[in-house]
Amino acid sequence: MGEKVNSTLSPYRVLDLTDEKGFLAGRILADLGADVIKVERPGGNPTRNIGPFYHDIPDPERSFFWFAYNTNKRGITLNLECNEGRELFRRLVGTTDIVIESCAPGYMKSLGLGYDDLSRLKTDVILTSITPFGQTGPYCDFKASDLTAWCMGGMAYISGEPERAPVRVSFPQSYLHAGAAAATGILVALYYRELTGEGQWVDVSMQEAVVRTLMNARMFWDLNGIVLKRAGVFRTGLSTAANQRLIWRCRDGYVNFPIFGGAQGAPTNAALVRWMEEEGMGDEYLGRMNWEKFDMGEATQEQFDCLEHPISRFFERHTVGELYQGSIERGIMLYPVYSAKEIYQDIQLKAREFWEGVYHPELDERLIYPGSFVQFLGERPKIYRRAPLIGEHNEEVYGELGFSREDLVIRKETGII
Amino acid sequence: MTIKHLADHGAEVIHIESATRPELLRVTPPFRDRKPGLNRSAYNACLNNNKYGLSLDMNHPRAGEVLRRLIDWADIVAESFAPGTMARWGMAYEDLVKIKPDIIMYSTSQQGQTGPRAKIAAYGTQLVSLSGFTQLTGWPDREPTGPYGPYTDTIAPPLGAVAIMAALIYRHRTGKGTHIDLSQLEAGIFFLSPVMLDYTVNKRITQREGNRCPHGAPHGVYPCRGNDRWCAIAVFSNEEWQRLCQVMGQPELAQDPRFSTLLQRKKTEEELDHIISEWTSSLAAEKCMYLLQQAGIAAGVAQTNQDVQNDPQLAHRHFFWELDHAEIGKHSYEAPPFKLSKTPAELNKAGPCVGEDTEYVCTKMLGIPDELFVELLLQGVFE
Repeated sequence: MGEKVNSTLSPYRVLDLTDEKGFLAGRILADLGADVIKVERPGGNPTRNIGPFYHDIPDPERSFFWFAYNTNKRGITLNLECNEGRELFRRLVGTTDIVIESCAPGYMKSLGLGYDDLSRLKTDVILTSITPFGQTGPYCDFKASDLTAWCMGGMAYISGEPERAPVRVSFPQSYLHAGAAAATGILVALYYRELTGEGQWVDVSMQEAVVRTLMNARMFWDLNGIVLKRAGVFRTGLSTAANQRLIWRCRDGYVNFPIFGGAQGAPTNAALVRWMEEEGMGDEYLGRMNWEKFDMGEATQEQFDCLEHPISRFFERHTVGELYQGSIERGIMLYPVYSAKEIYQDIQLKAREFWEGVYHPELDERLIYPGSFVQFLGERPKIYRRAPLIGEHNEEVYGELGFSREDLVIRKETGII
Repeated sequence: MTIKHLADHGAEVIHIESATRPELLRVTPPFRDRKPGLNRSAYNACLNNNKYGLSLDMNHPRAGEVLRRLIDWADIVAESFAPGTMARWGMAYEDLVKIKPDIIMYSTSQQGQTGPRAKIAAYGTQLVSLSGFTQLTGWPDREPTGPYGPYTDTIAPPLGAVAIMAALIYRHRTGKGTHIDLSQLEAGIFFLSPVMLDYTVNKRITQREGNRCPHGAPHGVYPCRGNDRWCAIAVFSNEEWQRLCQVMGQPELAQDPRFSTLLQRKKTEEELDHIISEWTSSLAAEKCMYLLQQAGIAAGVAQTNQDVQNDPQLAHRHFFWELDHAEIGKHSYEAPPFKLSKTPAELNKAGPCVGEDTEYVCTKMLGIPDELFVELLLQGVFE
């Protein structure tokens, strides 16, 4: 049976010591076939106490954040604060290719488990360290959470309403950008290792991962000395002459429709105007507009208001569903503002077999998860196991090192695992 | 942005565009001196450092002569056209493997290569709404705003880079290529997986809640001294709360039963935010951050783009690199958000102007003889 690209990382073993800042990295590697072992302190990782929870049962084995991003991993418990625990870890590193951790800078080194130490145990090991600001520098010892990282990375300031505080997405994103960045670094290091046999240390900064989401916002300062501001339901970052509405109210929700200019916008705007006219909601100003010549960078606020009033009235007459369907049929670049419910019902995702049922034996239930993030030759990597219970694979993993059940009982009772 | 990760780490990248149908980023600000121009956009330049710029009219009858050589030269062909476009040009995966059997093709699109909605056009500024982020961002008593910009455009690149690197490793071991299909919609939802589980399992639709957090209080972005200056504060444990009270110089607050546990603080959160705001309003945002960090509390200035550009931590990390662009002049580019100890990124070439490297690519990299190159040039193949 030939090797499949979907599981191309299957020769690799990963020790994943991370907290919420790093779960995603291990998940990505696990999806691509790596044997990722989630290492938690005895009693479980504190992130297990973050909801939402299965049926709102606040239990460390019921956290959706834990479920979602530790799927496809095995799980063991290990106490690195004691010598025996560190010894066990060293033995595990002997058969490991990648170690991912998100401790404070210097912490692993203080335990004698820094990059120099680990690479002595296994010369080609790839150590990935995820921290809020990187291993060194004036902020390296700062504590961070999703919100503070989103702020320090510059995203919060340009998100939300002008008269209110800078705002984050109501589901933590900073941790995931850090995790995705870590996965990228690991893969680059892994390819280098394939070619040379050498490992190395990957130093990931959550702040930098957030800065990379700013897109052109940062450049407005660098090039033009403009401090970009948050603009609510209007677009920002395109024109400083006017506010251009992006989010519009409609009968039962909201839609996303930017009035683009030039060659990109002309067909879609013209098609919308035709639709409005068909329903007797045409407007003189809109009807006369030369969309090809319309420059959204130069248009004034007054011009935008003249465009937006009739369009707004038209949208408010229709439901999200009607507007989306009509836009698809007419080639209008309009999109619905979806919530989780509509996302789950979306026909495109269903057609792509995006949703995957994952069996949880202890719940005796199949839960519906979003599938993995990519397809290779039309095949999506599978979710082949749910996230591990606390210490679920202690026997399996430590058994490989030659430990019997009795050995493990003693180590459990003495707080080593 | 996906390919930038490869370029930053030494891959030879040829970026192919058409001068007559410029890509959207070339006409999107900011522009040097606020004057639009295909080669004046920092947006375009900053995402394309370390790449060679080739201008090619894909619809030209003789484009195939260049394309064939490109495919022959390439390990990876990356494209982000509407699904079906490459096939129209005779460049579907099935076509490419005939020229190069072990080719790795990377196709990224808004909603994937297959399915009823595959061919519908959109940009990231719209996909952000389809993927649920707009609805989840903003204030509960106001319209949804979404995070800034084409947010889903920032999620796919690291995932795409991972997929491409995995394909390279696969090819190294097996000699086989593959076709990667990355849907930006799916990548976006991947970043909202627990929200989806809350719906599929609990039938709950997660709502936007400003800066609130179910397991933290105080948790928010608080006004500081000056115009539109803010500092985020995130307290999760009772010990942190105690320390915060000390820093604020209000030890009696630490004893107040209304705030002594997280549960209590969640009930009195509005009053709590008011008390914190009164304290933060008297301080500069940076001072607020430093004081709290000294006490081991997560706090961070809501940095502007200016703050980010001048950030001392990012400077220490050499996160920004200055490169000299042919038309924009010297400006600032971003390194990857990770540093490899032995093979770190090196940013060494500013984003190309349209077709800046056409001659070099064709004659030196692809080995097109000079006479043939001139012939193709005169026939308009490179427009």
